[in-house]
Amino acid sequence: MANPDINKYYRRNKLPHIWCPGCGHGIITGAIVRAIDQAGLDQDKTVVISGIGCSGRAPGYLKFDTLHTTHGRALAFATGVKMANPELNLIVITGDGDGAAIGGNHLIHACRRNINITTVMYNNSIYGMTSGQFSPTTPTGSLATTAPYGNIDTQFDVSNLAMAAGATYVGRSTSYHVRELIDLITNGIKHQGFSFIEAVTHCHTQFGRKNDLGGPMEMMEWQKENYIPVKAWAKLSAAEKEVKKTRGLLKEEEREEYTDKYLALIKQVQAGEEKNG
Amino acid sequence: MPNKKVEIDAPDWCKGCGICIYRCPVDVLELKEGKIAITKPDNCIGCEMCELICPDFVLKVVEK
Repeated sequence: MANPDINKYYRRNKLPHIWCPGCGHGIITGAIVRAIDQAGLDQDKTVVISGIGCSGRAPGYLKFDTLHTTHGRALAFATGVKMANPELNLIVITGDGDGAAIGGNHLIHACRRNINITTVMYNNSIYGMTSGQFSPTTPTGSLATTAPYGNIDTQFDVSNLAMAAGATYVGRSTSYHVRELIDLITNGIKHQGFSFIEAVTHCHTQFGRKNDLGGPMEMMEWQKENYIPVKAWAKLSAAEKEVKKTRGLLKEEEREEYTDKYLALIKQVQAGEEKNG
Repeated sequence: MPNKKVEIDAPDWCKGCGICIYRCPVDVLELKEGKIAITKPDNCIGCEMCELICPDFVLKVVEK
């Protein structure tokens, strides 16, 4: 049920946003705002941090303490904020180029540490802002400005990456499945530890145009057909599994959170010093 | 159940993409001169899909 007061989370004087007509980034940003509301976070105790790219623009439209940081480094800044002020709620917004390429190392180590940050990756399979270079999530064979004869790289499954690196909450949904996306982000925020939500979205301006995939509606129809709930996906044939991808909650487990561990260590060391001193 | 209906909260932000029209299950919305318009308000079932899917935060579903 939508909160009629949802407008309080937007910097309305900064809108309309710069994203293209029909861009999925607005849908995901709206989903994050609703998830923050549903999770009941204190607006004054919530920090939203992004890197560079189309996704990096999102915090500029959101009325929280926000940081628009350097390319790929949103998680490094967020780790610093969280370590200095563990009582704050941290939301990181990144893209597939920002978070899986230049920021890939920060992502895997944030997963490994299990620091209590909720990361939403806007995955549109392309570098949209800089005119459509291929990214780590561009499908093999797809066209991009830097792959005019087809991308020869193997596509990264960033949710699998996050799970393997040790994230304790991982979910994936799409700009078409917006209700599921809101629920995944809400539960990711509530989760104690590192949460990674892959928000698959459409970039009809760059990726869609170069690959003849149509406009936003056609690309969202494609998401509807090709992203399958985890349980239904498990029943598909091996050939179908090659093409279709899972959506929904992919991983949830409990493991000690990083700032808790750090504060416990400080306490332990200080107690030891008092005893010895 | 309260009676909920769509309304245009921020008409100037509409970029005319039409995603709300595509997702509306009951044919409430239409584009008029490139901007969204509520042409069949009586059809609205208050499902909120248009509000959630609008990339430009234009639509709100409110209690009437």
